[in-house]
Amino acid sequence: MGTVAVHGLRKSFGKVQALDGVTLDVPDGSFFVVLGPSGAGKTTTLRAIAGLEKLDAGSVHLDGRDATGDTPAARDLAMVFQSYALYPRRTAYENIASPLRARRCSSSEIAAAVEQMSSLLHIERLLQRRPAQMSGGEMQRVALARALVRRPRAFLMDEPLTNLDLKLRVEMRTELTRIHRSLGGTFVYVTNDQVEALSMADQVAVLKEGKVQQVGTPTEVYERPANQWVAGFVGSPSISLLACHAEGDRLVGAEGWTLPRPRWTTAENGRPLLLGLRAEDLSVEQRGDASLPGELYGLEPLGDRTVVDVQVGTEMLKVKARPTFTGTPGERLHVTVDLDRAHLFDAGTGLALSETGR
Amino acid sequence: MAVSVNEAVSTGPGRDHTPSTRRRGGRGRSVLEVALLTVLAVVMLFPVLWMIETSIKENRDVYAIPAKFFDFKVTLDHFKDVFAASGGGRSALSVSFLNSVVVAGVSTALATVLGVPAAWAYSRFSVKAKKDQLFFILSTRFMPPVVVVIPIFLMYRQLGLIDNKLGLILIYTAFNVPFTIWMMKGFVDEVPAEYEDAAMLDGYTRLQAFWKFTLPLLLPGIAATAVFALIFSWNEFVFAIFLTSSDSVRTAPPAIAGLIGGTTVDWGLVAAASVVFALPVLVFAYLVRKHLVAGVTLGAVRR
Repeated sequence: MGTVAVHGLRKSFGKVQALDGVTLDVPDGSFFVVLGPSGAGKTTTLRAIAGLEKLDAGSVHLDGRDATGDTPAARDLAMVFQSYALYPRRTAYENIASPLRARRCSSSEIAAAVEQMSSLLHIERLLQRRPAQMSGGEMQRVALARALVRRPRAFLMDEPLTNLDLKLRVEMRTELTRIHRSLGGTFVYVTNDQVEALSMADQVAVLKEGKVQQVGTPTEVYERPANQWVAGFVGSPSISLLACHAEGDRLVGAEGWTLPRPRWTTAENGRPLLLGLRAEDLSVEQRGDASLPGELYGLEPLGDRTVVDVQVGTEMLKVKARPTFTGTPGERLHVTVDLDRAHLFDAGTGLALSETGR
Repeated sequence: MAVSVNEAVSTGPGRDHTPSTRRRGGRGRSVLEVALLTVLAVVMLFPVLWMIETSIKENRDVYAIPAKFFDFKVTLDHFKDVFAASGGGRSALSVSFLNSVVVAGVSTALATVLGVPAAWAYSRFSVKAKKDQLFFILSTRFMPPVVVVIPIFLMYRQLGLIDNKLGLILIYTAFNVPFTIWMMKGFVDEVPAEYEDAAMLDGYTRLQAFWKFTLPLLLPGIAATAVFALIFSWNEFVFAIFLTSSDSVRTAPPAIAGLIGGTTVDWGLVAAASVVFALPVLVFAYLVRKHLVAGVTLGAVRR
């Protein structure tokens, strides 16, 4: 139904370079998530696709056709805004009907489409209310219905769940995935929440300071981060990074520890590296020779697990442990490392070392 | 269960108490407040009251010494004189009132039609040197009319706009457009641009998005702005007296001023004309008072 491709998008607001050469390729029918921290240029990218932002450079192709100069109306897209942007003087029904009215559909068509959407999103009882009489979650559903009521080339969603409370957000995540499956269509979804990205996306593009850092499936982005920044941004608790270098068949830490050199790395001796270790690939139980000596710094009990902060020299490791794990700060312990799942980054460029041997 | 009952009982009276104590404290303060406000009200309102009284007094009561405050015969003769000429037909004053209505109404409408879209553009689009432009627009309001009246008089003479209602309409519009732009820009800023973005994605053009979605939200602001513009045009004196001379063109302010002078002054007529002159503005402001204070109703955008 719709492919979206942007090429070399550049846009600056005064001195701030919001987009610095963003290129993305959204396949037809995919749930494509643009992930990044605030200020990364996610929303600007989406607004550029929608035609709401005048670009300094770059092009937008919709269904393979250059749409860079088209008006938003001509692009045939639908968008859910972070603020919902429901028309305040109109009822939910009129809000949802608006895209159809703009395209001069008959009132019977409109009634049928609105009814279908409201039953899909369970908002039948809200139809005669105005936005001021709805809760945030209800407004969010109406905004979603307004976007979904048509069959546009693609649906653009700008952090639609950010303003909801946590429980509702988790609920809506499942709901959106269900809607995508049942309606089909291309979704371009912007979020700063990596959990949303990992749980909903077919493909994730990670954005930072107006530049695309990595594009891939959620698994690829999580398991094979392209650089140190992506590794740190994706995953919670965030990845621990230790300075080290290779020496023969060992990795030697700046803090004096040594680990067996992972089989897959080809880094030459002495090159400054960063060893990236995710909490779930570390263990506070000592087994095997791949372990780091440290000191217990603190505990974060999270119910289903406990995150243990371990100080190794001056660096901090986050280790996932059983919820029953206890210990006292200052206690000495060994952290076992699953080196097959570790990541190595060049300390200078931050880029991931080739993992071809893995 | 017991706890919730206790809470339900105890909050009831508690809620009743709080405002009443606040009211009592307010009453202690209000003696002084009321006294001061009364003094202020008397000082401010006395001229208005005196004007109204004079307008309904018979001529010999108007000139009575000592002045009569309450003990006089009420008459509406002065009001009749405002509208009807002594020899029958329309009076010169009534023509000037009509002129005022036309000049103030048309100039306000023009200023609104020109100023609102301009304000929208300044609010929504990135315009080169926007701040400088807005300052330049405002700077035309820095000057008191009397400073520019001579050059405008000379220009108007060349253009044949002297003693011409169109001339007054143009100059009042010129003075009201900057004001409208500045007032309305504030109101437009308050309406989130996302409504228009959403409308454009719905399939409307930019102008349709403005017309159908933003403009209705601006109506209170437009009403408030128009009232101010109307009051300016209605009350304006300097341009009116310099740029018009004949009774058929003259607006009410110079016409009323013209009643004073000569050997005798018919104060009753002056007062009645002033009351008639003040009334429309008061009525109009009263009608739109809700909009004047309501500002813009904000809708469904979370910020």
